[in-house]
Formats: sequence, C-alpha cells, structure tokens
Amino acid sequence: MLASLFGRLNWDSIILVKEFEDPDLQLLITSGAAAAIPLGGIFLVLLLWYLKWWKPLLGWLTSVDHKKIGVMYIIFSVVMLFRGVVEAVLMRTNQAVALNGGFLSSDHFNQLFTTHGTNMIFFVAMPFLIGLINVAVPLQIGARDVAFPKLNSISLGLTGAGGFLITISLLIGQFSTGGWTNYPSYTGKLVNPGPGVDYWITAIGLSGIGSTLTGVNFAVTIYKMRTKGMKFMRMPLFTWTALATSILLIFAMPPLTAACVMLGLDRYLDFHFFTNDQGGNLMNFINLFWMFGHPEVYILILPAFGVMSELSSTFAAKRLYGYTSIVAATMCIAVLAFFVWLHHFFTMGQSTTVNAAFGIATLLISIPTGVKIFDWLATLWGGRIRLNTTPVIYLCGFLVLFVLGGFSGIILANPTLDYQVHNSLFLVAHFHNVIIPGTLFGILAGIHYWFPKMFGFRLMESYGKVTAWLWSIGFVITFMPLYPLGLMGMTRRTVDYTDPAYVPLMLVSGAGSLLLGLAFLFLIITFWRSIVNRKQLVTPIGDPWDGRTLEWWTPCPVPEYNFAVLPEVDSRDAFHTAKERGDAYAPIEKYEDIKIPSNTYFGLIIGILGCGLGFGLVWYMWWMAAGSFLAALATIIVYAFLPEREQVIPAEEVRRVDENWRREARETYGVTRDDEITEANKGLARPDVVPG
Amino acid sequence: MLDSYLQLAVAETFLQPTGPIARAQLDHLNYVVILTCIAIVPALVALPLILFRYRRKKAGDRYRPNWDSNLGLEVAMWGLPIVVIFLMAISLWSITQRLDPYEELGKDPLEIKVIGLDWKWVFLYPEEKVAFVDELIVPVGRPVELEMTSDTVMQSLRISALVGQIYAMPAMTTKLNFIASDAGEARGMNTQFTGRGMWRQKFLVHSVPTDEYQQRIAEARQSPITLNEQTYAILAQQGTAEEAKTPLGITVLEGPLETQGTATVVAERDVPVGQGIAMRLPEPKIFQRVLARYKTGVPMTPETQPGSPSYDPAKASLPPLTAVRMEM
Ligand code: HEM
Ligand SMILES: [Cu+2]
Ligand SMILES: [Cu+2]
Repeated sequence: MLASLFGRLNWDSIILVKEFEDPDLQLLITSGAAAAIPLGGIFLVLLLWYLKWWKPLLGWLTSVDHKKIGVMYIIFSVVMLFRGVVEAVLMRTNQAVALNGGFLSSDHFNQLFTTHGTNMIFFVAMPFLIGLINVAVPLQIGARDVAFPKLNSISLGLTGAGGFLITISLLIGQFSTGGWTNYPSYTGKLVNPGPGVDYWITAIGLSGIGSTLTGVNFAVTIYKMRTKGMKFMRMPLFTWTALATSILLIFAMPPLTAACVMLGLDRYLDFHFFTNDQGGNLMNFINLFWMFGHPEVYILILPAFGVMSELSSTFAAKRLYGYTSIVAATMCIAVLAFFVWLHHFFTMGQSTTVNAAFGIATLLISIPTGVKIFDWLATLWGGRIRLNTTPVIYLCGFLVLFVLGGFSGIILANPTLDYQVHNSLFLVAHFHNVIIPGTLFGILAGIHYWFPKMFGFRLMESYGKVTAWLWSIGFVITFMPLYPLGLMGMTRRTVDYTDPAYVPLMLVSGAGSLLLGLAFLFLIITFWRSIVNRKQLVTPIGDPWDGRTLEWWTPCPVPEYNFAVLPEVDSRDAFHTAKERGDAYAPIEKYEDIKIPSNTYFGLIIGILGCGLGFGLVWYMWWMAAGSFLAALATIIVYAFLPEREQVIPAEEVRRVDENWRREARETYGVTRDDEITEANKGLARPDVVPG
Repeated sequence: MLDSYLQLAVAETFLQPTGPIARAQLDHLNYVVILTCIAIVPALVALPLILFRYRRKKAGDRYRPNWDSNLGLEVAMWGLPIVVIFLMAISLWSITQRLDPYEELGKDPLEIKVIGLDWKWVFLYPEEKVAFVDELIVPVGRPVELEMTSDTVMQSLRISALVGQIYAMPAMTTKLNFIASDAGEARGMNTQFTGRGMWRQKFLVHSVPTDEYQQRIAEARQSPITLNEQTYAILAQQGTAEEAKTPLGITVLEGPLETQGTATVVAERDVPVGQGIAMRLPEPKIFQRVLARYKTGVPMTPETQPGSPSYDPAKASLPPLTAVRMEM
C-alpha cells in the first residue's frame, strides 16, 4: 500500500538522509551550496509565517499586474542565477586542478553541467528576459496591461513549477546527467532508468508550455494593445525585439515540448521514437531539439539587442541611428533563425551539400547582426555619451565582447572547421561569449535601467559600476583561455584530463570564474545597498535617465493602471518630443474611471498542480500525477465559467494621483545629466544646455 | 619543467596537422580569421575612438542629437558584411565539398570498421582478420576509410591531427575518410558525452610505414586473444580498455608506457591512455551483427543493451545476420 503511494520514492532518494547514513564529502560540496536554495525556501516560508507576511505575499502571487509579474520573474531568475553561478564556479575550479583528477567525481560533475546549462537557459536567461518584457513592453506601447493578464499569471506559475522541479532534484533524487541537450539514447530508459531524466523532461515540458503562452500573450499585446498613434514603425526597439521574441517563442517552443513528450512516451510507455532498436532514431530528437534550440538563442539575444538599442540612444542623448535598418535586421534574424538549426550537428554524417547550405544560411545571419553593431556605433557617434553610468559600461562590454563571440560563431559556421572544434571547449567559449556579454549584460543593464520603474528608486551607480566591470573582466579571464584550449583539442563536459599542456590556461580560467562569482556577489550587494539607501535614491517623477519612450512618462513606481490617461503618440520618441515641446507634464482636463482585472488564484493553482504533476511523474506516484492533471483540467474549466472580476478605480482617485504627479513635475527644478547619478535626481530631466 | 607544460605529447590538434585534410582545415581557419577581421576590426577600433570623442564632457558642438540616418553610411554598413560573407560563403561551399568525410581519398582505401563502446573503441580490420581496441594503426600514404557505428549511445570519433570528427550512432553507420602523410602518432578520442568514463575514451593513431604496418598486423595475428562473441560481450561492458584487460585475461604489467613498438597488452595501470589491445578476428562479420542487434524486431532489454547499468554479458548475444527483420 505504502509502496504504491510513494511510487519509486524511498528514504534513500532523499539526499540528506543519504548524507546522514553515509557521509560523503563530495556530495556535501556539490549539493551543499546549491541545496541552500530549497532549504532557504523552506526557511523563508517559516519566516513569512512568523512575520505574518502571508497576506502581502499572496497579494503578489495572485496578482495579474504585468509589472508585478515581471518583478516576480526577475526575482525568481536572480535566485536561480545564484545556483547557476555556484555550479559554474565549482566546475571551473575543479577543472583548474583536474590534471589526472580533480576534487569532483565524474557523476557530480556531470550533474553540474547538466543542471547549470538547463538552469541557466530555462530558469535564468528566459525568465529574466520575460520579466523585463513584462515590466517594460506594456508601458512602452502605452497599454494598461497585457492582452491576457490571467494567462500571464499561468505562464509564471508553469515556469515556477519547472523551477521547483529542477530545484527539488537537489534534495530528492538527482538530476539528469545528459547535458542541457539531453540527447537520447543516453537519456533513454535502458541506459538511464533513474529519475534524473524525468526531472529534465517534466521541468522543461512544463516551463516550455509556460513560455509558449507568454509568446502568444505578448504577440497579441503588441499587435492589439498599442495606444493611439503607436504605429509599428514608431514602436521602441525593445518592443520590436519583444515582438520578434514572442513570435520565435510561439514557433520554437512546440518542437521542444513535442520532443519532451516523445522522450517521455519512450521512457514511460515503451514507445520507440528515439530508441536504438525497433526503428527508433535518436537523430529525430536531435533535430527537434535544435529546431527549438537555435531559435532559442535568438529568443535570448534579441531582447538583449533591444535593451542595447534603448541604452545607446538614451545614454548618448541622441536618436537611435538607423531605426529602420535595425528593425529590418531584427526581423531578418527572427526569420533566418528557423533555417540554421542543422549547424549544431554538422558532424552527424549528412551530405556535404546539406552541410554547406546550412553553413551558408548561418553566415547570412551574421549580416544583419553585423549591421546592428554598426548601427549602435553610429548611434553613439555624434552623441554626448555618459561614460560614468553603469548601463554604458555594460553597453561597451557588450559591443566589444559580443563582436568576438560573433567572430568565433563564424568560424563554427564552417562545417569543415566544426568537424574539428565541435564538442570542444572552443564551442563552450563561443556560446558563453555570446550569452554572457549579450544576453546577461543586456539583462543586467536592463534591470539597472528599469529598476526605478519597478521599485521607485535607482540602483547605486558606485556598486553598479563595480559589478559591471567585474562581469566584464571576469568573463574575459574565464572564457578567453577556453578558445585556445578548444583548438588544442580539449573537449567539453570532461571532469578531468591527462594532458599537462592544458594546465596553465585552465588555471587562468579557474581564477576568472572566481571573479565571476565575485561579480554575482556585487550584484547582490548593489541590490542590498540600494535598498538600504532607497530614501536617497527615489525618483518619484519617473524619468531618471532623460528617457525618450513612453515608459518614462509615468511616475515611479508606476501606478497599477500605468497611465492615468492613455498617451497619444505622434512620433517615434514621443515622450522626448513632448519634453522638447515643454508640455510633457501639462495638466489634463478629463479623467475617466479605470477598470483593471482583479487578482486571481488561477495561475498559482495551475503552478502548484504543475509541481504535483511533475513530481508525481518523476517518482511514479501515479495518484499524484493523475490527480494533479485532472485537478488542473477542472480548474481551467471552472475558471472559464467564472465571471470576469474587475476592480474599478474611480476617476476622482485617478485625478488626485495624476494631478499631484504633474504638479510636482512642473514645480520641481529637475537635474541635468551632470547630476544624474547624484541624490538630486528625483526623476525629472532638465533640458540640457549644450556647452559651446 | 616548463616545456612539459607547453609541449603536447602527441599530435593532439589540427594546429599540428599530420595529414592533408587537417592541413586544409588549418588553412581554411586562417582564411576565415583574416576575412572576418576585415569586418570586425573597424568596429573594435571605432568604439574607443567614438567613446573618447563623444564623451559627455567634451562632445560640445559636435553633438548632433537628431542625426539618425545617412544613405552612404547605410550602404557601407550593409555592404561590408555582405561582401565579406559572400566571399566566405564561396570558400565555405567549395571546401565543404572538397573535404567530404564520405569521399574516398584514392583507390583501394584501407577499410576499417569501428564500433564505439562505453568507453573504448574497437577497430576491426576484416581483411587482415585482426582487431585493435583503443589503438588504430594505419600505413602512411594509403587512404583510410573508417565505417563507424556505436553499440551503446551516440559517440563522436575525432582524430584532430588527421581529419576531425563524425558521430557514430547505434543501428546506423557513418564514414570518415582520411590519409596520413607523416609518420607519427596522433590522438584520437570520443568527444560526445557518454557518461562517467567518457574522457578516458582516447586512443593513439599510429601512422607507420607500410612494412612496419605489415609487421604489426602480423604480430597482432599472433595475439593470444580472439575477438569473438564472448570477448566482444566483455568489451561491451562499461569501462575503459584498461579496465577490460583483466576480464579478458590480460596481465597488466607495471612499467613505463611504451608507445612505440607493437600494440601489445603491456601497459601501466596508472596511465589512462594506455596501450591498446590487439586481437585476432577469425569472424569478420561482428560489425554487421552489431548493427543487426537493433533490427531483429525483438526489443532490447536492460540486460542486452550495452551501456545500460544492468547489462549482462552472459545474456547479450549478437544475433546472426539472418535475424534482421527491419530495414532502416
Ligand atoms: C557566470 C558565469 C558562467 C560560468 C563560469 C560558466 C561556466 C560553465 C562551465 C564550466 C560549463 C561546463 C563546460 C564543459 O562542459 O566543460 C558551462 C556549460 C554551460 N553553460 Fe555556463 N557558465 C556561466 C554562465 C552561463 C550563462 C549565463 C549561461 C546561459 C544563460 C550558461 C549556459 C551554459 C550552458 C547551456 C552550458 C552547457 C551545458 C551542457 O554541456 O549541457 N552559462 N558553463
Ligand atoms: Cu544555432
Ligand atoms: Cu544517424
């Protein structure tokens, strides 16, 4: 009875129990630091209970406000980034001393690169970007919320369920060792019967559905919810890239979900999609995975490009150079992204004609990408660049380092060269070289830039700048040595090696990773010190950077309904134009009641049931899996019949808040960009006098 | 002391090519690097200059806040990458066709069948009726064609100094053609992650003059060990070639690793990339029977699938070729 209740879960699956019965330093090192997350989670729940903070927490978790959902995505990602960085530093330091064996056993190392990769892609980079998109896009297009607020909350719930599964695998059982790509037949039931692969399938499957829904939500939001006058060719660049990413999400996530389901069918119900025998073929998984995987890298990079576009024009105080070119390049990339997936397996034995065709298609993508780099340089050209700000450091780090990443990408696009460097550290260097200076810098700069919109105060520039420099320098020291190592033949995913020639560069790289760990620490310190000093950093009037787009035309923090009166747009940088005209904060005559959707438990319930479904499947607790699934179906049906609940904010209330804000803006003197990073910056930009 | 760090023991990479294909790849790498630099060096040089010239303090009357397009510049921005990529695409096309890993590099190539196992490679010389584990011996100057499969999960066989890599996949075959122009040793390995022992799955490729090649083959024919169904099942167990030696009845001698000389069973236990195992091969159809294993219509079980934790050599027999029921 009990056995069927707990499926294949038993006491020994629980790492802590195992550790207690048979203490093992290895296990303690590897799982110890990272296990802080689930344990910390339990601690947090108890703490909240004690502090009686349940109410506000529930208020957040059930919120459908796009800004709150965005913030929750971002907090989730920071927590997951902690784990990813700890694991990365462990791997790097292990390899630094791994000539003929380091301090990690191979089994632990294999789990580390698998969880690091899976976690960083699906639970750090994606939710970070989706969080930023949530925060910024509705504001940028002058909307009150996204098209489907409830769906937004469901997406968050599903992402959270995926994150729960990959995190709980630290405590109960273990995660897959098959890498973030999780290729069968290594991940088939015969070779890897344990729960690890099933954790991967369920975590990726659930969060993948969440991401697809996010794609639908934002594509519709951007198509349908733009304010009056916001024509396509007037949209801010970040919104354009969010649109491209949404379209990519809609078309790229389903192949991954399908691959997960098929691998699941192989493992649970003895199907033969990807098995060695019975006509199964693992090549189909590899194709499906990369049909998702390549567009995925553009899902990750395009919004970062969007952030960089916003930053270059805002911090050079200048119009974006080549708007049309950049939009065209973005959309070109989004389309081409679907036609290059095969470059991830040039070595699978297909004909040279196929390889050459996909190699050339890959080269083609570098054309619009190169154009964008030139466009950003031209945007800086003729500007007044504020070199003393954090975002500009990220921007410059991005421009230099991303170009180098593109350089190695072009080398990899040549099938003949890929025969040599495929699966080597050269590849690892390449994708970190685009993902860290590209995606991660974009994310961190974006957080710095929009932080006042989320919380009402700026981040401290002093710590912010140190953080940005640490990420940049740490990146260079950690990853540049991997290029020569890869050319020298060192493969990826290896716990140790036997060739002394690798040692010096490995030591450098290991030292660099410590700097990256420090960079993460400084990121946290930046948040912490800024929260402590928030009184001095507030920017209530809402425009701390002399912004050009609509999101800066709101107070900080932004009211629930975003805009008291939806703005009308007559040009590209509408807010900038209004400021030049001098009527940005002019009084408004007419206010109306604003209806906003009420909080809902829908997303939270789906998220929790998602955890149950995944956990039940992993441990063969069929009652839990089936129960969660049926309950989720029932929830969806019930909510479909419930009447929409809305909250009405009366016109008078809106008027009071908005008039106060406008009056304060008119009466405040404001700061020029010279005092931008001082306490004097209350979020009102004074027109800049250009020195003679 | 220092040179032991800087010197690779054997030709480990295509930066030290020992055959014409790797040499052509190295040349192509140089070409690609130079061509790409044409497009990226201007950007890398421009950035610091722009930052300096247009820094806020000093931009002054150079400040042009509304400048946002210029036709000539636009043409240059699109034109430069288009030209560079066009040139690169041409060379990419031609060299990819020219260095086709499936194309035989001359008449009468030496045909070697390769089976990837956890975590070792078995090289079968059906015509010579010998086999080597984790050791590949090829005559200098004669084209070689490897035909590969895997009898576990997917692997990737790479010989950097000679040719590069191609996947070896279960139930399928792939090919890798190369030719060694210089005598000497090169490193071969599996680059695809296959679990616990993957990074020990390395071997030496000996490119030797023809007479020495003949001599080594002749010596291997004298090996006390035969590759047959039973010994194959033992090899298919998870473990490196070193670890397979004892179950195969090989005494592992302590002593310095000898990389010259014949592929014998002498090796030091502590040296991970030890010497391979030479075997007689009276039954040359092993390769085909390994492929057949997945096409009999009978599902594999944890006991019969090499690579599975419950694999049992006693239960995992190779089917006769007549048992094949499916075509792929
Ligand atoms: C914080 C700095 C980071 C360091 C020091 C780091 C380090 C590493 C290391 C050591 C590996 C294993 C390499 C190997 O296989 O030999 C790895 C793999 C990987 N990393 Fe990172 N990483 C970092 C950040 C990131 C970020 C931000 C992402 C993505 C958003 C990322 C994505 C990946 C992926 C996808 C893999 C491949 C995993 C696999 O082999 O399946 N990493 N990283
Ligand atoms: Cu790709
Ligand atoms: Cu195949």
